[in-house]
Amino acid sequence: MTTTRDIAIEGLWKNNPGLVQLLGLCPLLAVTTSVVNALGLGLATMLVLSLSNLSVSLIRGWVRDEIRIPVFVMIIASLVTAVELAMNAWFHELYRVLGIFIPLIVTNCVIIGRAEAFASRNSPANALFDGLMMGTGFTLVLVVLGAIREVLGQGTLLAGADMMLGGDADLTIHLFGDGGGFLLALLPPGAFITLGLLVALKNVIDERMAAPRTAPAPAAEPAGQPG
Amino acid sequence: MLIAGGLLAVFAIVGAGLVALTENATRERIEANERAFLLRSLNDVLPADAYDNDMFTDTIEVSDIELLGSSEPMLAYRARRDGKPVAVILNVVAPAGYSGPIRLVVGIGVDGSLTGVRVVAHRETPGLGDGIEAERSDWILGFDGRTLGDPPESRWAVKKDGGEFDQFTGATVTPRAIIKAVRNALVYFSAHRDRLLDGGPTAPVKAGNAAGDASPEAAPGADDNESS
Repeated sequence: MTTTRDIAIEGLWKNNPGLVQLLGLCPLLAVTTSVVNALGLGLATMLVLSLSNLSVSLIRGWVRDEIRIPVFVMIIASLVTAVELAMNAWFHELYRVLGIFIPLIVTNCVIIGRAEAFASRNSPANALFDGLMMGTGFTLVLVVLGAIREVLGQGTLLAGADMMLGGDADLTIHLFGDGGGFLLALLPPGAFITLGLLVALKNVIDERMAAPRTAPAPAAEPAGQPG
Repeated sequence: MLIAGGLLAVFAIVGAGLVALTENATRERIEANERAFLLRSLNDVLPADAYDNDMFTDTIEVSDIELLGSSEPMLAYRARRDGKPVAVILNVVAPAGYSGPIRLVVGIGVDGSLTGVRVVAHRETPGLGDGIEAERSDWILGFDGRTLGDPPESRWAVKKDGGEFDQFTGATVTPRAIIKAVRNALVYFSAHRDRLLDGGPTAPVKAGNAAGDASPEAAPGADDNESS
């Protein structure tokens, strides 16, 4: 369970924070109205998650059980504040759009969950990698959700990319005319429905993957990666 | 027990240290960002070539819960050209937005006509109420050049209420709130015209840090950044 490949599969697919653990839904649903917003928050979360996993793992030897949680909370809170300040300084526009959801990374259960369940019991290298993979898994779900909602709701993709890349980089792809989007996709219910569909899709894929493996003879078992 | 407490204290210090270091490293950039953002919204309502003074150092604090929508003192920026007043830019809150207060900047020329209105922060429904953003629709530009008497008071309303201004499909509350706030700003201006326009430059609200930059801190930007 602690090999690199297992950690990656856990984070990206089998135990994906967004689709399986269903943790951190508040930002997941609130900021995924566009790809750029989703990517911004996803990357910020991934950064915090990796750093907090690394720090927790480094100190796991000398933090007693009874003060474990307050220590984790302090580490996470300091990291989030630092990341928030950095975003304010270097990605000011994006910072304005994401607003309250950056400080709210503190309350994202994925982070303390991984600190407690994984980082406090594993080596720093594994913990860091787990943070990266869980963060990537979370970011991917955010981005897919953001892409679906942006396309349906606004008919664009990557609107506002200049907020992240700076300058006048306008990567906006207009898929259909202005205005006439499917409004529900942008509203909170749209977020829930889309996420529900994604979870369902993942379960279907899992079933499809599992089914042929039981049916044919073991000789045909492929060694390829899932997904 | 004691060791646990000590460890906790050590982590608190390390955490606070990390935050302090980051704060120190980013402060200048953040201030510059806030100022640039503020200047951009000021220039949206009053073109940069209409004035030649530094509006950040020429401010006045105003507060009027009825007309400006906030009990806190709000900054008003005075634009001058060759020392003569050209316009004043008011920070205004429209308290009756559909999802909470909407923050606006309202530019009013010496002749009492609007030089421009922009929304700086709101939480209106995406796709319905967010047509008030200049990036999304031209609606907000409909205020340019308007005065207290144009349209007459009874027509300062959305069309649905017998007024002059469009509402949005599915969103009447939002434009209604903004129209009222803009009109109130004009009423405030006409009542306090002399105080807003005249008087020498006031002292900067809060001196900037000693980082070699003489301009004052962009104070109002700082309390805007929570809402988006």
